[in-house]
Amino acid sequence: MQPTSHLFRENSRAELANGTLQAALGMAKTGFPLRRQAAVARLPEFEALREAGRAIKDHVLDNLDFYLERYERHVVAAGGQVHWARTAEEARDRIVEICRSVGAKTVAKGKSMVAEEIALNDHLEKNGIAPIETDLGEYIIQLRHEPPSHIIAPAMHLLKGQVADTFRAAHRDLDPARPLDEPRTLCDEAREVLRPRFLAADVGITGANFLVAETGSGIIVTNEGNGDLTQTLPRVHIVMTSIEKVVPTLEDAATLLRLLARSATGQEFSSYTTISTGPRRPGDRDGPEQYHVVLLDNGRSAMLGTEFQDMLRCIRCSACMNHCPVYAAIGGHAYGWVYPGPMGAVLTPTLIGLAEAGHLPNASTFCGRCESVCPVKIPLPKMMRHWREREFAQRLSPPVYRGGLRLWGWVARRPALYRAMTGITARAMGLVGGRRGRFRSLPLASGWSLVRDMPAPQGRTFHSLWAERQKRRPAP
Amino acid sequence: MTRRVALFVTCLVDLFRPVVGFAAIALLERAGCTVAVPRAQTCCGQPAYNSGDRPDAKALALQVIAAFEDYDYVVAPSGSCAGMIRVHYPELFTDDAAALERARRLAARTYELVSFLVDVCGVEAVEARWGRRATYHDACSGLRELGVKRQPRALLDSVAGLQMTELPGAETCCGFGGTFCVKYPAISDKMVSDKVADIAATDADAVLAGDLGCLLNIAGKLSRLGCAIEARHVAEVLAGMADEIPAIGAPG
Repeated sequence: MQPTSHLFRENSRAELANGTLQAALGMAKTGFPLRRQAAVARLPEFEALREAGRAIKDHVLDNLDFYLERYERHVVAAGGQVHWARTAEEARDRIVEICRSVGAKTVAKGKSMVAEEIALNDHLEKNGIAPIETDLGEYIIQLRHEPPSHIIAPAMHLLKGQVADTFRAAHRDLDPARPLDEPRTLCDEAREVLRPRFLAADVGITGANFLVAETGSGIIVTNEGNGDLTQTLPRVHIVMTSIEKVVPTLEDAATLLRLLARSATGQEFSSYTTISTGPRRPGDRDGPEQYHVVLLDNGRSAMLGTEFQDMLRCIRCSACMNHCPVYAAIGGHAYGWVYPGPMGAVLTPTLIGLAEAGHLPNASTFCGRCESVCPVKIPLPKMMRHWREREFAQRLSPPVYRGGLRLWGWVARRPALYRAMTGITARAMGLVGGRRGRFRSLPLASGWSLVRDMPAPQGRTFHSLWAERQKRRPAP
Repeated sequence: MTRRVALFVTCLVDLFRPVVGFAAIALLERAGCTVAVPRAQTCCGQPAYNSGDRPDAKALALQVIAAFEDYDYVVAPSGSCAGMIRVHYPELFTDDAAALERARRLAARTYELVSFLVDVCGVEAVEARWGRRATYHDACSGLRELGVKRQPRALLDSVAGLQMTELPGAETCCGFGGTFCVKYPAISDKMVSDKVADIAATDADAVLAGDLGCLLNIAGKLSRLGCAIEARHVAEVLAGMADEIPAIGAPG
């Protein structure tokens, strides 16, 4: 997908004016946080679990090569194949090759953010292969030709009436008299359309929430069971995932799974947690004939050993965006690429460059709520600040802004000059704005005064008043 | 032994609302501290730090460290500035062992005003009267970096005549965020509009907070909307000075 992150300001203004989006966001703003809060309250050891989750991921990242090779050995031992992909292009090409090798016409897809990252659907279509999204949310946005607006609820920006309209427009056999005004009826309609497509698909592509090094298994969690059908019915199962998903043992995966659903949807566990290990064995009643894993790097290994390594702990739960006041105001599409919210603000510049995505780590108040709910304690604000440091060092920020900042810093390092200047400013602003108590417009700070008044200073600085008082009352 | 406290006034209090500095001094002195105001202070450096300008942030941090390190405690009427010194100064000097040690020593002795009064001085109640219904907004840095939550509520409960009501979404950011509010005014406007709507829905006639940045933002939006709810720094109320001066952004 063509990024529009450089248009973040324009995007966000449009989304703020989008009434249906605002209605959808209004519902989600409280829903996810309240459910998470209730789930956390039911688990007294949740904080200890966060620490354990962080430690597992840190250990893996410090030994990533070891666990990836171990994982590959066990995939191969179970009869599967691992395809290493340095870039999105390599990953797409490998998948098309696998599809061609079995003459695939249609591909059933489970929900995968890595597949979004490499823009897999477009590439499959270009190569004459029809991808069918099977996650309900992904299916809806596929019909609408939209990108996901949230990493676990891809159609979160839509109201159910829009979903009904989408189905009526796309499902030619749909009886116009059939009611579609309840979520249940929408699910039934999608299920009826999708079920034969699972059966017809030649290849099933899923993502992976975790890869288990000790067994060579992939683990996916869903609430719809579509992932199970995607990976068991077609002849070929491709796991499209990325290198940082590996964990040492099933026990470690279990620890992270306990964090994942609670942080994501406030469930104790997702409805379906499915482990796949290799293709169908002799005597197995179902399962694919071929089992492939495409392991994507796409800049991740370059994050190791840098100030962004901690970002690779991310388990894609979405708690950060569910609790982000900026995301709640503008939704996911405004971020202009695949990953929105705080995790996207840190990850996106590594994947598509700081020049394109520089707004994202800047568009944060550093309120810190994302870090406080992150199940693996990623210091998201700190890493956004690291991006701002790189931007400043590379002179990517606007010269006026940089110049103003340097000038202010120069004055602030000279306390006597600073006191003289603030004294004049306070008096001038106090004189002009004092009687009314506020300014309606500020020519030099229109970003402020466009949307709110500027309270007027009292008229004297603290330091000048304090100096006067000290003269009157010498220190004891 | 008397606690020797150095007051970090903060640049916003210095420029916009000196009464908060005097309220802080009064509260600290009533709690038995001796208070000094080091002259070589300007700003904690947070605007530079959060804008990616690490060299200027370091220079300002060193200036603050030099001016404040001879006192027992550093206290600021702001969770944001106190958090900068307490949490972020050590992060600035990871490559400079000598400065890091000084930054750490200062960080460990730096507090936000109200939590200092309660947690360090053991203050349980204040002598103040203010006849209002008020609500309290938790400023983000104080709340999440320093754990300021129950302390202001405990002391506000002791103010005679003051009726406190809890603000729904009290922990949600008001949309100030330093330079954020001028760089992304449309998003900031949505956030502060939601905040002001939550405040108005409480039926309170005043909103209090511990950080002047948030308060200027909230007061500015209340004023733009023509809403008569007063915005004040919590220290003014706790020190009994709230009746001496108009609310933030109110006509004088």
